Amino acid sequence: MELLAFILVDGLIYGAWLFIVSVGLTLVFGVLNILNLAHGSLYAIGAYATASAVGAYFALGGDIFPLGSYVAMIAGAALVALVLGPLLERGLLRHFYDRDHVIVVLVTYGVFLILEDVMKLIWGVTPLFVSEPYSLLGNVELGPLFYVTYDFLVIAVAIIVGLAVWFVLNRTRRGKVVLAVIHDREMSQTMGVNVDRVFMVSFMIGVFLAALGGALTAPMISVSPGIGVNVIIIAFAVVIIGGLGSIEGAAIGALFVGIARAASVHLLPEAELFIIYLVMAAVLVFRPEGLFQKVQARKI
Amino acid sequence: MLRSVPAACAAALAALIAIGFLLPEWAMFLTTMAFAKGLVALGLVCLMRAGLVSFGQGLYFCVGAYVSGLMANWTGISDIFLLSVLGILAAGIVAAIFGPLLATYRGIFFAMLTLSLSMILYGTLSKMTVLGGTDGLNVAAPTFLGYAPEGRALGFALYLFTCVVVVVTGGLTRVFFNSEHGLIALAIRDNELRVEYLGASVRTEIAVSYAVAAVLAGIGGVIAGLAIGHVDPEFSYWTTSGEFVFVAILSGYFSIGAVFISSILLELVRSFSNLYFPNTWQLSLGIFLLVVILLLPNGLGSLLSKLKRKERRT
Repeated sequence: MELLAFILVDGLIYGAWLFIVSVGLTLVFGVLNILNLAHGSLYAIGAYATASAVGAYFALGGDIFPLGSYVAMIAGAALVALVLGPLLERGLLRHFYDRDHVIVVLVTYGVFLILEDVMKLIWGVTPLFVSEPYSLLGNVELGPLFYVTYDFLVIAVAIIVGLAVWFVLNRTRRGKVVLAVIHDREMSQTMGVNVDRVFMVSFMIGVFLAALGGALTAPMISVSPGIGVNVIIIAFAVVIIGGLGSIEGAAIGALFVGIARAASVHLLPEAELFIIYLVMAAVLVFRPEGLFQKVQARKI
Repeated sequence: MLRSVPAACAAALAALIAIGFLLPEWAMFLTTMAFAKGLVALGLVCLMRAGLVSFGQGLYFCVGAYVSGLMANWTGISDIFLLSVLGILAAGIVAAIFGPLLATYRGIFFAMLTLSLSMILYGTLSKMTVLGGTDGLNVAAPTFLGYAPEGRALGFALYLFTCVVVVVTGGLTRVFFNSEHGLIALAIRDNELRVEYLGASVRTEIAVSYAVAAVLAGIGGVIAGLAIGHVDPEFSYWTTSGEFVFVAILSGYFSIGAVFISSILLELVRSFSNLYFPNTWQLSLGIFLLVVILLLPNGLGSLLSKLKRKERRT
């Protein structure tokens, strides 16, 4: 019984992290129809930017008000989105919208390769540590176990991000415009929607969410080259399980994978490395389009 | 132009052997590896003709490599022909299990499912200490029907073997492309539903193409494992599979020769950028990739077929 509780709590924490990391991917796919392999690199860049931002914050005398480092984290992620979002979408991806799906995936694979080295050029190869924000909030006692409060902050952020994305898409005018673009790109253009701008802003938000995932993770790990490469595939798995382009799907998928992984860590540690892919393969076998994808009519 | 497949194969083999005598050792190794990977990409081209892209060909590449490594270590079999047959069998069996299941999927779901299969293998191999875990295992040098060369002779023998395999499989693949199966695959790419109306089974055809692709990747893995002398789970990692997709896209699906040329091109770019920009070789590779996709929308093969068309007109 206790074990079940641990699995649930661990799964919830991991699932929340997964959701933040993968929601940007599903958003970008939903709007731009691009499966972004560079998503993991953007996550890693977010982590690096955060490490620099938080480091700078404390170097500039942030010790007086340590909670301000959270603002520095978000600022780091926002900066990444503001710089890289328009650069990648306007400068590169735009040229490939009329090309085959797989070509675009390969283009983002190229971006991934480039960004991996750009990160090494900017931040070097020695690991960076910014553990201050992680320990700042202290611990929480849950039964016989201690949890770091920061983990619950991640859950809170995941809920806020999920609700915010849902609210903007479904309850605001701008969100409705985005939905219209998703539904029919050409028709919305005819109706006077600036599709180019919708694309750019959506991609920027996608980059921000990836970077935010990295920013939240940075205090928990040592930020070093190669942290992005695994995240891409995990995020892919989550998004595919939920159904590509579905925000609710990403949430359910993240929870699913999170609990599956927590269960395997507690019950069958050997399987931890590939349980995610196993879940994904199992879901795809029974629900080929993912859990939340609407069935589309076949076109002749 | 050479019209018949055997004549073209014989000419290609003669040219490759002649070149082999001139190549320095490093270039011979590079070509051997490029051809091994080219075989995997050739398999991907088979799938691409049916409109499918697998992001998990590393699975069969890895199966082939591990079969050769384990057989050499456990049973002492070191004959390269026998190892290749075993690699083909292993890849074929795995493909026979997964092929019919995968054949119902299209597009990005096919890509992701194949990817997840290869990552499951990666995870399993990394955790299995019996098989060397993440370190992998060493593979003994192969013998060629009792002939056991060393040093440069070994490299040359491997190169020759690879050339023969490449030419034979290349020829067979051309025959396959021109066969009923290969042509139906092209039709599936254009309009799957109509193929079904005409009475062919799309699922069977895709399963067949998938099996062919798997077998090609299996031989590629055997050769790569023996050439490097070491196998590790990275063979099955998604970035390895990504490279195969890159080679296949670079070559396009019009020409078989283009597959191997692109593979050599990629290995050259990688080796030289590794040499001259040791810290930023991924960067140069990425830029190379983007430039190729921008400038050659249909791959290198489209250049070749354009040349051919011009020749015919004049």
